[in-house]
Amino acid sequence: MPETRKIDLVIIGGGPAGLAAAVAAWDGGCRSLLILERDVRLGGILQQCIHNGFGLHVFHEELTGPEYADRYIRQVQERGIPFQCDTMVLDVSPQRLVTAVSPAHGLVQIQAGAVILAMGCRERPRGALAIPGTNCAGIMTTGTAQRLVNLESLVPGKRIVILGSGDIGLIMARRMTCIGAEVLACVELMPFSSGLTRNVVQCLHDYNIPLLLSHTVIAIEGRERLTGVTIAEVDPATRKPIPGTEEKIACDTLLLSVGLIPENELSRSAGVSLSEVTQGPLVDQNLLTDVPGVFACGNVLHVHDLVDEVSEESARAGLAALAWIREPASQTGSGLEPIRVRDGKGVRGIVPQQITRPVQLPKLHLTFRPDAVYKQATIRVEVDGETVLRQKRLIMTPGEMAVVDLPTGRFDPASAREIAVHVEVNA
Amino acid sequence: MFDVTVIGGGVIGAAIARELARYRLSVVLLERKSDVAEGTTKANSAIIHAGYDAKPGSQKARTNVLGNAMFEDWCAELDVPFRRNTSLVVAFSDADLPGLADLMARGDENGVPGLSLIDEAELRRREPNIGPKARGALLAETGGICCPYELTISLATHALLNGVEIRLNTPVTGVSRENGTFVCQTPQGPVVSRALVNAAGVYADTINNQLSEDTFTITARRGEYVMLDKRFGPAFKATIFQMPTPMGKGVLITPTVEDTVILGPTAEDIEDKDDVRTTAAGLEQVLRVAALSWPQIPTRHFITAFAGLRAHCDRNDFILGEAADVPGFFNAAGIESPGLTAAPAIAAELAGQVADRLNAGKKDTFNPPYLARKPFRLMSHAEREAAVAADPAYGRIICRCESVPEAEILEAIRRPLGATTLDGVKRRARAGMGRCQGGFCAPRVLELLSRELGVPQTELTKFGGASRILSGTLGEMAEPQPRAAQERTGETHA
Repeated sequence: MPETRKIDLVIIGGGPAGLAAAVAAWDGGCRSLLILERDVRLGGILQQCIHNGFGLHVFHEELTGPEYADRYIRQVQERGIPFQCDTMVLDVSPQRLVTAVSPAHGLVQIQAGAVILAMGCRERPRGALAIPGTNCAGIMTTGTAQRLVNLESLVPGKRIVILGSGDIGLIMARRMTCIGAEVLACVELMPFSSGLTRNVVQCLHDYNIPLLLSHTVIAIEGRERLTGVTIAEVDPATRKPIPGTEEKIACDTLLLSVGLIPENELSRSAGVSLSEVTQGPLVDQNLLTDVPGVFACGNVLHVHDLVDEVSEESARAGLAALAWIREPASQTGSGLEPIRVRDGKGVRGIVPQQITRPVQLPKLHLTFRPDAVYKQATIRVEVDGETVLRQKRLIMTPGEMAVVDLPTGRFDPASAREIAVHVEVNA
Repeated sequence: MFDVTVIGGGVIGAAIARELARYRLSVVLLERKSDVAEGTTKANSAIIHAGYDAKPGSQKARTNVLGNAMFEDWCAELDVPFRRNTSLVVAFSDADLPGLADLMARGDENGVPGLSLIDEAELRRREPNIGPKARGALLAETGGICCPYELTISLATHALLNGVEIRLNTPVTGVSRENGTFVCQTPQGPVVSRALVNAAGVYADTINNQLSEDTFTITARRGEYVMLDKRFGPAFKATIFQMPTPMGKGVLITPTVEDTVILGPTAEDIEDKDDVRTTAAGLEQVLRVAALSWPQIPTRHFITAFAGLRAHCDRNDFILGEAADVPGFFNAAGIESPGLTAAPAIAAELAGQVADRLNAGKKDTFNPPYLARKPFRLMSHAEREAAVAADPAYGRIICRCESVPEAEILEAIRRPLGATTLDGVKRRARAGMGRCQGGFCAPRVLELLSRELGVPQTELTKFGGASRILSGTLGEMAEPQPRAAQERTGETHA
């Protein structure tokens, strides 16, 4: 085996999360770090997201995905932050031994002081839904279609049905229309879109593409290439197809936008515990997992709607990892029982799931998704059963991540045992 | 003119062709699909059955037990995966327990070694995830699992390396016997031979009934499956059967040699012999029945569903050997379960009969099989280091779910009987077999296929025929024509 290199901070993934974490760690003073990226260039999934709408929060202007990535890539290059592309991490051990392989450098092993997991997420495939029918050509995820169209100038098909209304599905409905394909319908199982409202408006409504809520694809036809799908309305309560509502749509392509799954195979190899809800690591307020020195941020932690939020979260992970490298005990040394953070009524997938003591931050940044659409709602935060914060929201939907910043002065972090967040409809 | 034509490139046809290649015979194999193993062979339970289930005295019972004993060496020679993971037939009520003893008695009569009855405690010790209603089981120590398509690709490649001509995309549209020779009509012209082997799977009746008065009928009996992510591979060590029914061996749960888990099959007789769709009712049935064996099926972790067709013969047994009224015409028909297990026995036997009929002796030399390198995903880090040092293409991972490097994709395309389709690459290199089902690697594999085969990506298919993956390039697209607003009302669903 090759000699093991020692590096203070290894960042796995050179997408928006990894880049922002690297820049923040560097600016905090870290000089021994390395970004490992499996693609031939930095930027991750942003490189195929050629639509605009990125950067409104971070850069206060509207950028395309590649432009947004380029801002961070330039920051990395200007600082001389080392990165290695075309490199796949094969394994991360609980002791933070990182094994990676690349054509240029072969197999390398790096002993990392701290690791930031920034591998992003992947799309749920058809098989995960077990949609009955044939296994013909003409069925792919919207992200795969986006790559083919935007990076390779290839066209997946001409008569398109999209199942699922996640953001990539919405964006691709518009994109396929713009390249001259016919998007016949966007079919969504739930009674609401799982994408951002602005994308529903700008990508479907503006192009007269029907959004069929509470509908799903119940059969796939076609021996060799897809020839059609059967859709049906579903009962919103049971999500089961309603007999008699079946309708056949002749199409040559079915694009799937049915969910994103944080890509945590490496996290598992490192021994990191994962949440059943977010499918990402369980972390504390410093984005530290339950494996010492292993941090997580971006879509590998929980799927975000906006890249700006990924960048902000990842910058926090970069600084926290740096603090760990300098003084590991600063983050775990208290030996005190952590404060549990749990999903209350109407809340799913709160991050972080626990607060390590002593709490040094002035406020705790809590994110979650409501479990349904709520109008005129209140986010209510309880500490050990006592309400410490209420915030009103005009509308909350599962398609938009909710954020609440809880000032740590509102409760006694030394004695608190549990924080619960609820969403309630205003009386 | 060839000495022998083999119709069908499934495991049976490929195995027979490879055995025929040991003789001084010119052999051609005709396969209607774009690859071998594209029919029943690619979609079944992949079980090497012990042999307790088949009716004593039947061809199924005889060749099952013989084939099972041969399987280890067969797979070892070809260096394809095989594991004797044992089989368990589980009784889920006290009323089923006598049935286990009956099965064991039947197995003894068939000459199956390694059978024993185990009690509930022993069953739970072996399989902690078994359902709460389990009361005991028949343990078959010779039960195993293999990878049928990998095996078949290896068999066909070995045949190829020993002179057998493999013609893909060559459906037999008609067959006749003229002046003592056999003529297979194909879109590429007639293929003439002195002997003919019928290994046409669900279509074996069509071939036989054109030549022999002794007709039979093959019914396609569809079986649907779901597959679980390899994270759940350790859930069961053995293959878990429920009590057999007249339609088959029932819904089983088994680990695969690739460490995924499959659940299924259903059994449904269908008219259309190409209809391998899955159905809502079928998948629901698999889950409902399998829940008896495994109440906590992790339904969030399915990676795919598929269906295959059993070639069920109205005679309820394999039809093996020379047709009494057509000298030189040999059947390997009605090969449903335990056909995969029986394949080594059937192939050796039939090839011997064909050689006898044609008075052919064995060749002096038999070339060794094509052995792919150990897959990257199974290598130690030290082996990986050496592989990348020797060939940098081992350092570029194309399929992240199954850790398949570019070097292995290229090998899958360049090897003898190399892949020409996306599914061909998938079955040779495992790219696209994992949890993302090709979402990540498919565009990269298409690029490599295009480059290696010199074919534009837009011409590439999933599995031949009209199964094109792409419809064109951006440059070819017409100007966009967004629909007018009034159309929208007509198409909006209330």
